[in-house]
Amino acid sequence: MIALTFYVFAFILVACAVMVVTSRNPVHSVLALIACFFNASGLFLLAGAEFLAMILVIVYVGAVAVLFLFVVMMLDIDFVKMRAGVQRYAPIGAVVGGILFLELLLVLGTWQFSTDAQELRLAATPANITNTKAIGRILYTDYIYLFQISGLILLVAMIGAIVLTLRSSTNTRRQSVEAQLARLGAVESLDVPLRQGVRMDEVLRRQLPPPPPEAPKHSEHGGHH
Amino acid sequence: MLTIGLAHYLTLGAILFVLGIFGIFMNRKNVIVILMSIELILLAVNINLVGFSAALDDLAGQVFALFILTVAAAEAAIGLAMVVIYFRNRGTIEVEDISALKG
Repeated sequence: MIALTFYVFAFILVACAVMVVTSRNPVHSVLALIACFFNASGLFLLAGAEFLAMILVIVYVGAVAVLFLFVVMMLDIDFVKMRAGVQRYAPIGAVVGGILFLELLLVLGTWQFSTDAQELRLAATPANITNTKAIGRILYTDYIYLFQISGLILLVAMIGAIVLTLRSSTNTRRQSVEAQLARLGAVESLDVPLRQGVRMDEVLRRQLPPPPPEAPKHSEHGGHH
Repeated sequence: MLTIGLAHYLTLGAILFVLGIFGIFMNRKNVIVILMSIELILLAVNINLVGFSAALDDLAGQVFALFILTVAAAEAAIGLAMVVIYFRNRGTIEVEDISALKG
């Protein structure tokens, strides 16, 4: 049963990979790529890597493939012209790919495990523990520096992508702080009299004429003016 | 044939890798399909790593695959951003036209 599942997933994966590279329409290519990732995630599940399978679906299907789809649909490209040289390039690619595949099969046929491969393992899979928990145990301890560096790589990629694609639009009005401050008379320095304030009803009150002297009426308050 | 072992995963990885290389050669004009072919190649590498991890009962392979996934995501984001700005400036993404750095 497991073998049948493996063959089904592997066959669909290879078929979708063929569609990715041979499809005439790049949108179809991206959709085939999404199917590829789904099937690869199924194969990861079969191999016992549940966490990686879920991450593959989340990261690739959820982010990267949608990013590809977004870019393919956003750019106004003449894809028919793009396909012009395919007939010429396909035989070269087939020859190179065939040679490479034969070499890989040669390696696969002659290669064998080292006799002490079991002792050379970096992190043996612990028993009676879920895959995600086991990965978490070594990812945050043994591989913490690599984990932090990969986070840094993602940060750099994010900043790089933003910096590359950001362009200042010319038809939006923005605040220019330095121009405002350099404007003549924009900032006025006032000498505020004590306990009088400078603004009334949010309007700057100019210097008022001195009030006419009048007879003191509030003598009972003790004259605290 | 009926028990799935390391050889099955390695063969599948080899097929995917070769398909990715073939895609790069075949779609020589379209940068976006080349980027997708690179994603296929990285997926083949990940399948190899997970296959070895399952065969050896070694979790390090899965951790490596996780890091490869991270770097591949960063690479796709940067690559697509470059494709977008190149298209904005030149109006084309044909690889053969990208020769402004040639002396």
